[in-house]
Amino acid sequence: MIRLAVISGKGGTGKTMITAALAHLLPGSIVFADCDVDAANLELVLGPTLIRTEPFMGMKTAVIDPALCSRYEECREHCRFDAIECLADTCRVDPLRCEGCAVCTVICPASAVTMQPRQTGEIKYSETSRGHLVHARLVPGAGNSGLLVHAVKKTAMEQDQDSDLFLIDGPPGTGCPLISTISGTDIVLIVTEPSVSGLHDLKRVVAVCRQFRPRILVAINRFDLELSLSDKIQNWCDEEKIPVIGKIPFDPAVIESVRLGVPVTESGATPAAQAIQTLAAILKQELTNLGNRR
Amino acid sequence: MKIAVASGKGGTGKSMMAANLAFTLAWTGQVTLVDCDVEEPNLHLFFPAPASTREVTMPVPVIDETKCQHCGLCGEFCQYGALTVLQSRVLFFPELCHSCGGCMLVCPNGAIHEEPKRIGTLSTSAPQPGLKLISGTLETGSPHAVPVIRAAKKQAAHDQLVIIDTAPGTSCPVVEALDGCDACILVTESTPFGLHDLQLAVDVAARLGIPTGIVINRSDGKDEETLRFCIDHDLEILMTIPFSREIAAIQNRGDLLCRAQPEWQKDFCALFFKYRALTGVER
Repeated sequence: MIRLAVISGKGGTGKTMITAALAHLLPGSIVFADCDVDAANLELVLGPTLIRTEPFMGMKTAVIDPALCSRYEECREHCRFDAIECLADTCRVDPLRCEGCAVCTVICPASAVTMQPRQTGEIKYSETSRGHLVHARLVPGAGNSGLLVHAVKKTAMEQDQDSDLFLIDGPPGTGCPLISTISGTDIVLIVTEPSVSGLHDLKRVVAVCRQFRPRILVAINRFDLELSLSDKIQNWCDEEKIPVIGKIPFDPAVIESVRLGVPVTESGATPAAQAIQTLAAILKQELTNLGNRR
Repeated sequence: MKIAVASGKGGTGKSMMAANLAFTLAWTGQVTLVDCDVEEPNLHLFFPAPASTREVTMPVPVIDETKCQHCGLCGEFCQYGALTVLQSRVLFFPELCHSCGGCMLVCPNGAIHEEPKRIGTLSTSAPQPGLKLISGTLETGSPHAVPVIRAAKKQAAHDQLVIIDTAPGTSCPVVEALDGCDACILVTESTPFGLHDLQLAVDVAARLGIPTGIVINRSDGKDEETLRFCIDHDLEILMTIPFSREIAAIQNRGDLLCRAQPEWQKDFCALFFKYRALTGVER
């Protein structure tokens, strides 16, 4: 199984649109994971049929028993996450702020605090026309998105270990969900856009990827909206010896296909679809090369 | 007054909104703009200016091997698996540590103390009269975005009018950035992706008890689904910005809409008044 993650650094550059098109264009058996667990969108274009869901338990959360709490306030003083509020009659934990460290359980003189499991999301296992999709829903505002990403990847790799390709739609950013997404991948495809923000964020996410070992590839989406910046991105990638394997033009057909809920490559030979086909052909060669080396 | 700009979906134009609002309001008084998208901060690109920089650190445990008896209590206690106690030494994994101080509390031999570890930087600049920009930047490879966000907001704690640009998504970095804000501007685009993620973001703001208004960006006129959602959920549309290649080009090259096309400033002023009505807070 080759593990390929589509990521971006900057949000909204077109990760999900490209992932959905690759689902349509890459050969062999594929299992998908939507690791943008905060805002999972791949299901909106792959049209999955749900097979089953399972609860995701994040870190345990502190719970104070009001019957035992004597308002010593030691818990509030020692909590480094400002998660505890002491009221007139009892102390209370804000589950959105609690990071599950359990310091309050050892510091409470009345032993009023216990750590309790809390569901912070669910993991969904679905069927699509191109293979199984593992996706998730994080309870809005909940933490532990990195842990949930890990759980989503693990489910996909265990359930569909015989697939040729593990295709991951990743999160934006460079923090814990992104690190969890790219760890253990063979290839990352970074989708960027020709803007000062796009280039800046590309450099940062490449720096993070280089702390791992995947092969790094770049695609420039909507490249024709600012040609001078597309050139700048191309030059920077050349200097860094990162192949730019696709340049996709701005194309209103992309939004139309998202509105129809289908990959853009399924709705005719539009300029964007043609550019993604070229990208997919290069990517296919990359996957073959990697497969041969194993 | 603290104004948060958030989105759910990435790339809808949060930074653009925050930057133009700050640019416009800074002509009328002191404004502090805080970049809390610390994983990928971008606001400094729109306001190039010399900045003073300081480190953001978090305390992490250091084990004194001369006092450590390798009893293993710290490793057992650590909920994040950041400490592994072997027979003759202790392994520490700083990227897993949340800096709770628990290991220090449970160590029976006083063998653990804490030292600061760099997890990011804060840059402060004054790019135009009336405007202070504070940018939080997470160290590349560090997973600890939340403490950097907290530090950036703290730096602006005593400022009168603060505009906070958040990360995309709906998880802990967004919650940290929204916490304590008077109201929230959610920037969306009229696609199924935009609407899906807008619903999640509205849910987060509601859970935090923060009033919300909507900005539709890059509108191609097909906003019916988004409008219906806003009407159903009693959400005011504060502003609609049309898609145009010209506006996209202004932002792509790092300029501001209100700088390149000053007539937009009155729209951002109007947005501010609608926002203020949402919060019920005077400036």
